[in-house]
Amino acid sequence: MNSSPRPMGRWSTPWLYLAPALVVLAGLLVYPVYQLGLISFFQYTQAQVSGGEPTTFQGFGNYAELFGDEQFWQVLLATVVFAAACVVSTLAVGCALAVLLTRVRAVPRLALMLAAMGAWATPAITGSTVWLFLFDPDFGPVNRVLGLGDHSWTYGRFSAFFLVLLEVVWCSFPFVMVTVYAGIRAVPAEVLEAAALDGASQWRIWRSVLAPMLRPILVVVTIQSVIWDFKVFTQIYVMTNGGGIAGQNLVLNVYAYQKAFASSQYSLGSAIGVVMLLILLAVTLVYLRLLRRQGEEL
Amino acid sequence: MRPVSAMSFVRRPWRLLAEASALLIAVVVAFPLYWMVLSAFKPAGEIESSEPRPWTLAPSLDSFRRVFEQNEFGRYFLNSLVVACTVVIVSALIAFLAATAVTRFRFRFRTTLLIMFLVAQMVPVEALTIPLFFLMRDFGQLNTLGSLILPHIAFSLPFAIWMLRGFVKAVPEALEEAAYMDGASRSRFLWQILFPLVFPGLVATSVFSFISAWNDFLFAKSFIISDTSQSTLPMALLVFYKPDEPDWGGVMAASTVMTIPVLIFFVLVQRRLVSGLGGAVKD
Repeated sequence: MNSSPRPMGRWSTPWLYLAPALVVLAGLLVYPVYQLGLISFFQYTQAQVSGGEPTTFQGFGNYAELFGDEQFWQVLLATVVFAAACVVSTLAVGCALAVLLTRVRAVPRLALMLAAMGAWATPAITGSTVWLFLFDPDFGPVNRVLGLGDHSWTYGRFSAFFLVLLEVVWCSFPFVMVTVYAGIRAVPAEVLEAAALDGASQWRIWRSVLAPMLRPILVVVTIQSVIWDFKVFTQIYVMTNGGGIAGQNLVLNVYAYQKAFASSQYSLGSAIGVVMLLILLAVTLVYLRLLRRQGEEL
Repeated sequence: MRPVSAMSFVRRPWRLLAEASALLIAVVVAFPLYWMVLSAFKPAGEIESSEPRPWTLAPSLDSFRRVFEQNEFGRYFLNSLVVACTVVIVSALIAFLAATAVTRFRFRFRTTLLIMFLVAQMVPVEALTIPLFFLMRDFGQLNTLGSLILPHIAFSLPFAIWMLRGFVKAVPEALEEAAYMDGASRSRFLWQILFPLVFPGLVATSVFSFISAWNDFLFAKSFIISDTSQSTLPMALLVFYKPDEPDWGGVMAASTVMTIPVLIFFVLVQRRLVSGLGGAVKD
């Protein structure tokens, strides 16, 4: 390797560096995605897994069954609405607190930062159990403080979703807050001072000065939030005990898992996975277009 | 830290109000964690009481004892640690090489690759449990820690590469040329010059892979089906959590044990994380 005077020039070097990543991704990501698509076109249940029956090609049969199932459409709607609510709440809380962080001195800022770091670091599974415990009808402090008696939060469809939403916002706003805060700090102070001298109100400064400058960052955190919240699994699974009473709190991800592993309908589960994949792919394309429009070079 | 001169025009009463609300919000945000640790130390009678108090006068280690005496809890903890650390180290190394390739070299399909790394982040990991289950079965990896480590390496790579790009790009190219002028080989430049410079970025990135591996309970639940000695912490926690009659003391103690390593990790890398995110996003 030393013989080459300009090591940058060798065409094979980048591929050498990329090789481990590409091998891992091809084997454990691309191939499973391909398999997922394949399984969704076959009849694949417990009998085929154990080798008792041969796998048979179904064409779009699994998809037809899925789209004919009213529960699928309900779950899809619930997923979209729930994810949207999570994204909007997370962004609102995260941005508001990021602005708040710039208004306070070091001690309150450190306190809020540390608390947020704690929430961020909390594993999804422990966060879920702790929030359930806080809202427990018998022993939780929240019902006592609010005087709700033994009202069960997980019994009703909406209150169960609301409880999960609270937990999701709690553990995901810190990412938005920290990122947007870092972005605001990068805005030159003179710009903000000039705006303030011109008599712009706080809201006006945010809307007309900060928001446009932070646009790239806001796009990133929005897209990340959409991806994360659309795929929420642990919180729903743990807090509503696998999808709630009669599956009232199912979202696509949990639905796919339950179909595949609880009722051994692997092909239906895979078809749901493919639908999710396509939706997220559409989100990605929108993201790429936004990046392109900003003239950003990859 | 830089003084927030930009905000000096905020009038005093408003600033006091803002500071008071910041502190109040900090308390609210920290409360669930406080309640978790508190409940872990409460004696059984106080946990299952209809008058929960935000303090305890008789802290007890009973819940922790129950957690640690649960068969092989130490083993689960160790398993989780092995999985998370292996994922962090291996994916950091692979991502470092890949990020170097896509930032320091111009080659065909470079942009295509970058877009693919981005798209790969969108793949719903949970949906892949099904094909991965078959893959692990065919390779005889079911019931081994490998079945948890391998997928997590793959899933943390795209985001890690994407984030590391900024850090690698920030190292001036003149430095690279100077190193070669002085007769350094490519691998010497890579490991002895570039690697230490990018290390803070690697740490920031590793937070994400650590969390995803440490939190994992879906793969543990699906791939570790019969050999419980290969189980991980989340599964141990769920033992105490029976939906109809949860042992809250045990759940809270196990949750505390599970949260503390991540908290320590976070506190250690906190600074780098903040600057890392700023760098990655600005880029």
